[in-house]
Amino acid sequence: MIEANGLTKRYGERLAVDNLTFTVKPGQVTGFLGPNGAGKSTTMRLILGLDAPTSGTVTIDGRPFSKVAYPMREVGALLDAKAIHGGRSAYNHLLCLAQTNNLPKARVGQALELVGLSEVAKKRSRGFSLGMGQRLGIAAALLGDPKVLMFDEPVNGLDPEGILWIRNLMKMLAAEGRTVFVSSHLMSEMENTAEHLIVIGRGRLVADCTVQEFIDANSELTIRVRTPESQRLAALVTAKGGAAAPDGADALRITKLGMTEIGDLAFDNQIRVHELSPIQASLEQAFMELTKDSVEYHAAVPGQPARGAVADAAGVAADVVSGAMQQGGR
Amino acid sequence: MTTNTSALGGLTALPPASGRAGFGGALRSEWTKIRSVRSTMWTLGSATVVTIGISVLGNWGRANHGDATAAQLAHEDLTQRSLFGIILGQLIMVVFGAMAITSEYSTGMIRTSLTAQPRRASVFWSKLLVVSAVAFVVGEVISFVSFLIDSSFWRAKGVDLTLSSPHAMQAVVGGGLYLAGSAILAFGLGAILRHTAGAITSGVGLLFVLTILVNFLPQSWQNHLDKWLPFNSGGQVWSTQHVPGTDLGAWTGFGVFLIYGIVAVALGGYVFRTRDA
Repeated sequence: MIEANGLTKRYGERLAVDNLTFTVKPGQVTGFLGPNGAGKSTTMRLILGLDAPTSGTVTIDGRPFSKVAYPMREVGALLDAKAIHGGRSAYNHLLCLAQTNNLPKARVGQALELVGLSEVAKKRSRGFSLGMGQRLGIAAALLGDPKVLMFDEPVNGLDPEGILWIRNLMKMLAAEGRTVFVSSHLMSEMENTAEHLIVIGRGRLVADCTVQEFIDANSELTIRVRTPESQRLAALVTAKGGAAAPDGADALRITKLGMTEIGDLAFDNQIRVHELSPIQASLEQAFMELTKDSVEYHAAVPGQPARGAVADAAGVAADVVSGAMQQGGR
Repeated sequence: MTTNTSALGGLTALPPASGRAGFGGALRSEWTKIRSVRSTMWTLGSATVVTIGISVLGNWGRANHGDATAAQLAHEDLTQRSLFGIILGQLIMVVFGAMAITSEYSTGMIRTSLTAQPRRASVFWSKLLVVSAVAFVVGEVISFVSFLIDSSFWRAKGVDLTLSSPHAMQAVVGGGLYLAGSAILAFGLGAILRHTAGAITSGVGLLFVLTILVNFLPQSWQNHLDKWLPFNSGGQVWSTQHVPGTDLGAWTGFGVFLIYGIVAVALGGYVFRTRDA
């Protein structure tokens, strides 16, 4: 269990993490979601004591990480796949880590086997692809059979097979009762793996709930209607209190009105309807809604130029698009 | 206990945890780290070849082509002369000492190291101990081999120079100590600066450039300053002759030299433990 209490980190003028309070519970995968630069990596560094918080505390099973008897048995973390000495072989990299915690030497080879790197065990990690680096980092995280696992953007650089592998691994680790805390800026990735979500924007906590609650609370149902008389229907929908936006030449996306109401409205006014379909609100949209709000909120803070907020919103949009594209590519 | 359907199936079960991860494990880990990268072999290998090579070439040349008689030579500090490759060897030891710690930062390995062992004092002191021990052993090998080869040239010339000559043992052991001290100084600078080029530049600056720069000061200033410089103070421990008043004694000089290293290491240790990694 990870417990953060009023966690704050300031780098000079910039407030990277702003008064975060949350709990990551064992037995489930908790997604840590936020656009790039939201403070996810900083929060993870604070949990591990790599950076000292400006104020607030964070504990692992009730103790600061540095007070834990065998750190590798408590926490396994993959923060940055490139945080290795490229001149050292995969085997020696894991060996020097295992030795710090008096872990059996035999586990080094076995961990490499587990992540599929046995064949390159004696090779220097400089020549590894990003995906191989991720696998090596995961092997290091698993060496001590830890109760808590933290992964920062673990699917980056992995091929589709690798992505599937790590998703299953995280679910399996959680099912064994471990605490699994995984960050991502890809909403679609979280939808597939996480049960619980902690969402941050600009270093602040935006949401702390289950994935389903998050979608329910933050997105509205959109209904797509295809009709040759889209303009007339749009006017009628607006008059009824709904919101209609054109979706191509002969279709509308309608919110704030139910499917039945839209169907009846069209029938009563003798409008032909060729399609009437609900569009499932995805985590992607819910996330964009939410971080858009946090961006707007922060834009109002004195000293924060609105220009930055706009750039941030564009950044979020770009994240969403790239996320969707990556999703589509699989 | 664990079956193959579990996430970590196939891994040897861990023994029951007793005590806590501490200095012993950190020491073994740092030894693995230093022996498993090629830069260790390259720096220590070139320190050995360069120091011994230059000493041997210089001494062979002077012993065989100089005009000085055995009686004249007996007044010279031939022990120090037979070790003079240390002047360049110390600079390579600076590279070794600095890189032992700055490479953790340049590669990002430090974040992985401190995640495995967040008690930073353990990591820092075990690393320093391993670096010092390795530099000391290699330094002594360099020093003894240089002397044993070079003294044979002088003996062939008729000068009685062996390890049992007055102060010879102190100077030869001192050569290794001085090389280890150079590595320790650079290690401290590396911990402060966290930057390979910066640590090497400042280490070379302190040991080498500073000694040259002081020559441009007025003579009266030099008289007061010279003996306290790292190279001049530390250099006494690998000499058998000291000019009274101008030079510090062998061990006093080495003590002053060590103070530079201790200050750098103390500052480095403070930065290592308190600054964000």
